[in-house]
Amino acid sequence: MPEMNTSSLPDLIFTILFFFMIVTTMREVTLKVKMTIPQGTELEKLEKKSAVSYIYVGPPTDALRAQMGSSTRIQLNDRYAEPREVMDFVAQERQGMANQAEQVISIKADSKTQMGIITDIKEVLRKSWALRINYSATRRQ
Amino acid sequence: MAKKKKKVPGLNASSTADISFILLIFFLITTSMDTDTGLSRRLPQPPENEEDQSTVKFHERDVLNVMINRAGNILCGVGYNKEQIDINQLRGIAKEFIANPNNSSTLPEKMATEIDLLGQCFITKNHVISVQTDRGTPYDVYFQVQNELVAAYNELRDELSKTKFGRPYEALTNEQQVAIRAYYPQKISEAEPKNYGGNN
Repeated sequence: MPEMNTSSLPDLIFTILFFFMIVTTMREVTLKVKMTIPQGTELEKLEKKSAVSYIYVGPPTDALRAQMGSSTRIQLNDRYAEPREVMDFVAQERQGMANQAEQVISIKADSKTQMGIITDIKEVLRKSWALRINYSATRRQ
Repeated sequence: MAKKKKKVPGLNASSTADISFILLIFFLITTSMDTDTGLSRRLPQPPENEEDQSTVKFHERDVLNVMINRAGNILCGVGYNKEQIDINQLRGIAKEFIANPNNSSTLPEKMATEIDLLGQCFITKNHVISVQTDRGTPYDVYFQVQNELVAAYNELRDELSKTKFGRPYEALTNEQQVAIRAYYPQKISEAEPKNYGGNN
């Protein structure tokens, strides 16, 4: 029986490899808050990822709880922040964007969060004219 | 003896496949092809100046109040008649409120409006769904309420596009979608939170 010619196998695998290398997006920020985002049914996909900025809301992760306590915190980029700092964050994010009018703020908040902090964020977002927001959620099965 | 021409030995490439397999597996694992999903909302524009916060007056019948207290209980009703409801009832109530199918005098007034493609329609143009929360309201309950309200609109739009165009809303052309949206405009307002669940 003749042996199968496997000389093109590496090329094949390389092609698949390149595909995955291109679609892979490594998570940019390390999460410092723990969150389980709510589940919904009427969700829309977030398109144009380059125009999306994320605000994370939730209690600090287990590792950081000893220092930071367990009350709900806001995370912007790589650090904890106060609601009023959201304004600078939005302006900063907006500057790096090609299509500034399409800026979307995605709020990834833990489902046990109290609305007070969410409302504070929304008020600041309103003041900074970042009016398109998205309550991040997963699809309910 | 003629000098034998030295042959360059071929590189043994049989392990390239293994190497690229390992790389492939690494990227397979680290890939998160997560598509971010969520409920999209548009916030109202900030007030022009702080003093002039004149609120637009609505008729009592045009406003559906949905209040969520800090325990996550939902109070819902048109005007001042509110009662406690379950989250599962909200979609039905919202649909009836938005569409006002029986032209009831306690639900939003229907007005004649000209819409492209649909002609003259009687729609509840001025209805508003007002969601009020307490500072202590759980985010999850608030999110579920928003979800149900959006679901109510989506169902109504779907029903209308099936009767008018014979296809679900998703399958319509752009102009048709605009017409359907004009028929059922999404009006969910969010009032500032109030402390009506008792102070902390």
